[in-house]
Amino acid sequence: MSGGTASPQPFAPTAGLLARRRRERLARGVFLAMTVLMILPLAGILGYLVVRAWPSLSWSFLVEAPARGMREGGIWPALVGTIDLVVISLAVAAPIGVLAAIYLNEYARDNWVHRVVNLAVITLAGVPSIVHALFGLGAFVYAARLGYSILSASLTLALMTLPVIIASTREALASVPRSFREACWNVGATRWQTIRAVVLPNSIGGILTGIILQVSRAAGETAPIMFTGAVFYKAVRGGTLLPYRLDEQCMALSMHLYTLATQVPNVRPSIPYATAVVLLAVVLLVNAAAITLRLRVRTRPKW
Amino acid sequence: MTPVVAPSPLLEVRDLRLSYRGREVLHGISFEVAEREILAVIGPAQSGKTSLLRCLNRTVEMIPGAAVSGSIRFRGEEILRTRRVHELRRRIGMVAPLPVGLPMSVYDNVAFAPRCAGVYDRAALDAIVERCLRQAALWDEVRDRLDLPGTRLSGGQQQRLTIARALSHEPDILCLDEFSIAIDPVTTMRIEEVLRKLRSTMTIILVTNLNQQARRLADRTMFLWKGDIVETGETTAMFESPRDPRTADFLSGRVG
Repeated sequence: MSGGTASPQPFAPTAGLLARRRRERLARGVFLAMTVLMILPLAGILGYLVVRAWPSLSWSFLVEAPARGMREGGIWPALVGTIDLVVISLAVAAPIGVLAAIYLNEYARDNWVHRVVNLAVITLAGVPSIVHALFGLGAFVYAARLGYSILSASLTLALMTLPVIIASTREALASVPRSFREACWNVGATRWQTIRAVVLPNSIGGILTGIILQVSRAAGETAPIMFTGAVFYKAVRGGTLLPYRLDEQCMALSMHLYTLATQVPNVRPSIPYATAVVLLAVVLLVNAAAITLRLRVRTRPKW
Repeated sequence: MTPVVAPSPLLEVRDLRLSYRGREVLHGISFEVAEREILAVIGPAQSGKTSLLRCLNRTVEMIPGAAVSGSIRFRGEEILRTRRVHELRRRIGMVAPLPVGLPMSVYDNVAFAPRCAGVYDRAALDAIVERCLRQAALWDEVRDRLDLPGTRLSGGQQQRLTIARALSHEPDILCLDEFSIAIDPVTTMRIEEVLRKLRSTMTIILVTNLNQQARRLADRTMFLWKGDIVETGETTAMFESPRDPRTADFLSGRVG
């Protein structure tokens, strides 16, 4: 690599130096190009959606019920349905997932049983949602006799998000250095005292982020709820805050979008786009809330 | 052989064996520690010094695949079989090689162990925090910023904070594992001064990578080599006329 003879000027460019500089510029260029390549379609899709949706986007679109066979009107029943499904499914999946992850990461010994459990969790996280949907249909709708209902659909979504919440929580827990735990054990703290004092406060941000990311997944999935509790149309008065009972079926944004796009002829063209924009906005809002929450819980890791 | 031990040893280790997943790292060692002495443990890397300390407060159990046998008696009670392991760890304090300021305030760092043991009274905690930080020679540097995160202190300060934390549960034995490995010589000397003062109230087991540190501080020194005790003796005698040729080689820097 070296240029050989010593140059009178210490920083004079040698052949090796020039080559390194070229490679550095090339590397930087490639990375930048990929970043741009990634942003372009995203911005394109967003822009296209908003432009196409513009004629329908209004407050009344949000809070009114669909009208004239869903060809006009708003999306209130679907919006509330999605919120119901997401809230209930996470209320079930988040506590179970986080507590199970704490057990697996902090208590479980490294033996074959726990290795099998870990493998199962990772595998379940990769199972396609349609499989979860079929399981939910069999387990909740039929076996548990919950019928086609919000409850069945929420539990199916919970089942789908659970392994991912476990995996992301474990990752957050594992990011707390082991030396902190050992320092606590060394002064006679129990595992639970250690978890409460050191592990959880320093991983709660990551844990919450993992959970919140599942909100967008639960809100966006169609298959699991289509089999278990979502319907094309349900007559609900616009603006009512809690229009559904738990044992009722409900509408949902993702399902509504699918219906409008494939099942209903002569829809006002901007309505499906507006529905998509609302779905995106809900996800964005939740993510923004997650980031704010994270910043509030702990400004930054302190090591 | 005339071992220099008090009549009833505070700590009595008999035929201690430790293996990690079948690989034995301590081959049945036996020794005693007397009340209010400083015992230094020296030896090259990988000789089992840290493993030995981990057995004493049973944090060795936290390592997957570790298996211990033999006997460690503390005031006559068997450490390896006691069910009150958290109480045991309060009796036998431990300072790790790398300084660890826990990500909480300096105050909470020191108050953590008493709180875990059920002390919540603010005045009592205040007193403990001040006493321990003074004992660890850190009080004057942090008295005005006890709410600073422990992780923001300098390395040397964090090591003294670690010692303060280990003192906060008033152990009978304080174990230090190569405490000077990550800190500057000046801080090292200050901590050595601290240890000299502590000796009047507690027993200290000092694992050290610095032979001269053992010589400066220890009443007795134990030379550990590949999981066996080669030699234990009164420090000055051992440094001046080691009985085993391996000790002589190690002390003179020819091996290790």
